Amino acid sequence: MSDSNIEERVKKIVVEHLGVEEEKVANDASFIDDLGADSLDTVELVMAFEEEFGVEIPDDAAETILTVGDAVRFLGKSTA
Amino acid sequence: MFSLQNRRALVTGASGGIGSAIAQGLHAQGATVALSGTRQEALAALAEKLGERTHILAADLADAEAVDALVGRAEEAMGGLDILVNNAGLTRDGLSMRMSDADWEIVIKVNLEAAFRLSRAALRSMMRQRFGRIIGITSVVGVTGNPGQANYAASKAGMIGMSKALAQEVATRSVTVNCVAPGFIESAMTDAINDKLRESILAKIPAARLGRGEEIAAAVVYLASDEAAYVTGQTLHVNGGMAMI
Ligand SMILES: NC(=O)c1ccc[n+]([C@@H]2O[C@H](COP(=O)([O-])OP(=O)(O)OC[C@H]3O[C@@H](n4cnc5c(N)ncnc54)[C@H](OP(=O)(O)O)[C@@H]3O)[C@@H](O)[C@H]2O)c1
Repeated sequence: MSDSNIEERVKKIVVEHLGVEEEKVANDASFIDDLGADSLDTVELVMAFEEEFGVEIPDDAAETILTVGDAVRFLGKSTA
Repeated sequence: MFSLQNRRALVTGASGGIGSAIAQGLHAQGATVALSGTRQEALAALAEKLGERTHILAADLADAEAVDALVGRAEEAMGGLDILVNNAGLTRDGLSMRMSDADWEIVIKVNLEAAFRLSRAALRSMMRQRFGRIIGITSVVGVTGNPGQANYAASKAGMIGMSKALAQEVATRSVTVNCVAPGFIESAMTDAINDKLRESILAKIPAARLGRGEEIAAAVVYLASDEAAYVTGQTLHVNGGMAMI
């Protein structure tokens, strides 16, 4: 899977779940600080990533996914 | 008030006395109901009585896989899920010193673990749709205890604690989690009680009568309604005054 494809899918999920504008979903945007997510949102996002990419994201890995770019990188590795 | 028009509800234990009253109560307010239980004929009879807006979803709640699949089946049948009523329950009474592992395990599994698994599964879409009602049917015994029911009392007390934790986790998403705690309710079981025991039970109930399934259903309808949006993490006791807690 190409990285840009992963990035597109990640951003689509973020836009849908957090109801934010697409322009705001930059790679370095933090879910909590920049995109207004609360802790429940981040749990929902991780579950949505798991569903979309058919992977399991363990809790300790989930804790390191703080930005859009973190998610793209993690999913790029785990679906490679 | 208390309309449930366009709401979709899954009721476990709908083949039983209280569960069938709950399903009928929700249905009467306009909800579509998915009826679950293990006895197909009882579910089919209830579905026939209710007519449209009903679905039958048989499942054995002692089977974790079947439990995990049930919410998805309900969502598929009804196009979503707004109300989950964890009502299925069983007893395996005996004094603790003589209670078998099997009797402990099955009661915890069906009464408590299945309720958790179903709630966990239901929360996914409830959180997303920003609306949900999870209602557990616990028991007065979960708060007062009762000799011979260590397993049952633990399962019912567990349900109350679990509901309070869930309620705090999801409150910002307009999902409420509450319990209804019946006292002694008329049922096939209580019909079989002999007169002497019945008298001693009635002596402890200020209302001096047993409750009816519809009186539990009314509490469930209230908690499921839009009007109860600000009520969460609570246990509503419906027991004729036998325990004021
Ligand atoms: N009656 C009372 O006085 C009273 C008082 C306090 C609390 N409660 C609680 O109210 C709830 C309903 O009780 P009830 O009086 O209506 O009893 P009931 O008539 O015996 O009904 C119990 C229901 O639970 C279902 N159930 C039991 N084991 C199951 C399993 N392994 N898988 C799927 N479903 C299962 C039964 O379905 P099938 O028969 O189809 O298997 C039945 O529909 C229970 O949680 C009970 O603890 C009752």
